[in-house]
Amino acid sequence: MNASPAKPAPSGNVIDLEKVRVTFGGDKNQVTALAETSLRIAHGEFVALVGPSGCGKSTILKLVAGTLTASQGYVFVAGREIGADHVRIGMAFQNPTLLPWLNIRDNVMLPLKIVPPFKQAFAEKRKSEYRDRVEASLARVGLAGFGEKFPWQLSGGMQQRASLCRALIHDPTLLLLDEPFGALDQFTREELWEIMQNLWIEKQPTVLLVTHDLKEAAYLASRICVMQARPGRIVDDSVVPFDRPRTIDVSFAPEFVSLTQRLRERIVAARAVQEAAS
Amino acid sequence: MSETLRRRILSTTCIIGFFVAWELLCLLFHVSEIVLPRPSQILATLWTRFPAIWPHALQTLYTTLVGFGLGIVIGILLGMLIGSSRLAYDVAYPMLVGFSSIPKVAVVPIFVLWFGAGTVPAVLTAMIMCIFPIVVNVATGLAATEPELQDVMKTLRATKMEILWNVGLPRTMPYFFASLKVAATLAFVGTVISETVASNRGIGNLMMIASSSFDVPLVFAGLFILAALGVALYVIFSLIESRVTGWAVRSNNFAAGG
Repeated sequence: MNASPAKPAPSGNVIDLEKVRVTFGGDKNQVTALAETSLRIAHGEFVALVGPSGCGKSTILKLVAGTLTASQGYVFVAGREIGADHVRIGMAFQNPTLLPWLNIRDNVMLPLKIVPPFKQAFAEKRKSEYRDRVEASLARVGLAGFGEKFPWQLSGGMQQRASLCRALIHDPTLLLLDEPFGALDQFTREELWEIMQNLWIEKQPTVLLVTHDLKEAAYLASRICVMQARPGRIVDDSVVPFDRPRTIDVSFAPEFVSLTQRLRERIVAARAVQEAAS
Repeated sequence: MSETLRRRILSTTCIIGFFVAWELLCLLFHVSEIVLPRPSQILATLWTRFPAIWPHALQTLYTTLVGFGLGIVIGILLGMLIGSSRLAYDVAYPMLVGFSSIPKVAVVPIFVLWFGAGTVPAVLTAMIMCIFPIVVNVATGLAATEPELQDVMKTLRATKMEILWNVGLPRTMPYFFASLKVAATLAFVGTVISETVASNRGIGNLMMIASSSFDVPLVFAGLFILAALGVALYVIFSLIESRVTGWAVRSNNFAAGG
């Protein structure tokens, strides 16, 4: 965080990227993963980031998750600079990333063991309250009775459901989704979209979703940001107007199709620019 | 089940067959017991002189276990240090490789100089024999921890200790146990080396004295005891391993047990 203008005052947004830049490598072969970008996401918004590979979608997610530090600019999460905060973040990755030595219940319970204020009472509540909480959460995604199983005994789709449970078990204020449905088959994916939407309607966390799938973005998100590569930046920011709860049928409505069509064109154009540049 | 049973019977038969062949070949070629005693002679020696052998076997086992225990503790600590710090890796790794290349027989006289002959140098030799594989495996295990699993912890704002405890160490367990099986047998080697050079107790010492009086069956009896102790320790750690790190093997037995 150097060479930035005066530190802006934190706003009421859950996510606030202020003129953030991310570069990798030394002076000679420096790569700009993310050009100067500002992005504001209000409380309870469901925002999808779409764009071609290498456009910096995941970079933004990592900045917010705190696993990557910005080269320039400020990253605010819940009005505080990242790293010095106690914002509850839940994250689901492209792979289920369940810990293979723990059974599903203990995997889902992991955040309760790490994140305050849950961790303070972990020892006394792990066998009672937390256990019920995990079971209820598993039941919601159709995994009732699978708590004792180990990750490798479950199919990819079931593991991904468990991973969603883990991302949500500690009632995060901010949910980060890094293509969590990408590796699943079409039907499982649509099923999980529905579960995801219901969870969001119920708890209203702020969600930042990275995806390649425009239909997924349009179905789930209330706002879609299109990104472009080299250097990575946001080139389009549009609101998704459809009422909730949305059903899969919505995705066949003409407005829905024209929205995804328009996004598609933006990305195709972005890719063309990208290829011309390389 | 019959498949595994058949495999067991076959392997047991082959192992017994090895000793039978040894026995028969010695008989056939009239090999003197001073050159190579027959298994039956060795067993007879073990039986008749058990009261004399027993305290030595106990001494060797005790020394080895203490050295092994120390080796595990120091090995894990060093392995954690090397596996989690780049600087420690750069400094300690070349030193460890250099140190482990030194023949341990050469180190025993130094230990004797420092601590006198007896149990202490034997414990220390056993310890340094088994540290290297443990350190290397623990460090490798930590280094092999998937960054994705660490990211899961980082997004939860876990501390370094929490990441190590919840992800690093469990992930390392399969590597650790693999090294323990090697280290357990190496610890016996260390103990016996030291006992041979500088001790008046233990199997190493027993074999030394027996060979100087050409009591070759007794030497081989000592070898048999060492082999048996080594196998026993190996089996014990294999059993613990399959219970603790079954997730890495993904056997069905573990699923039922978990």
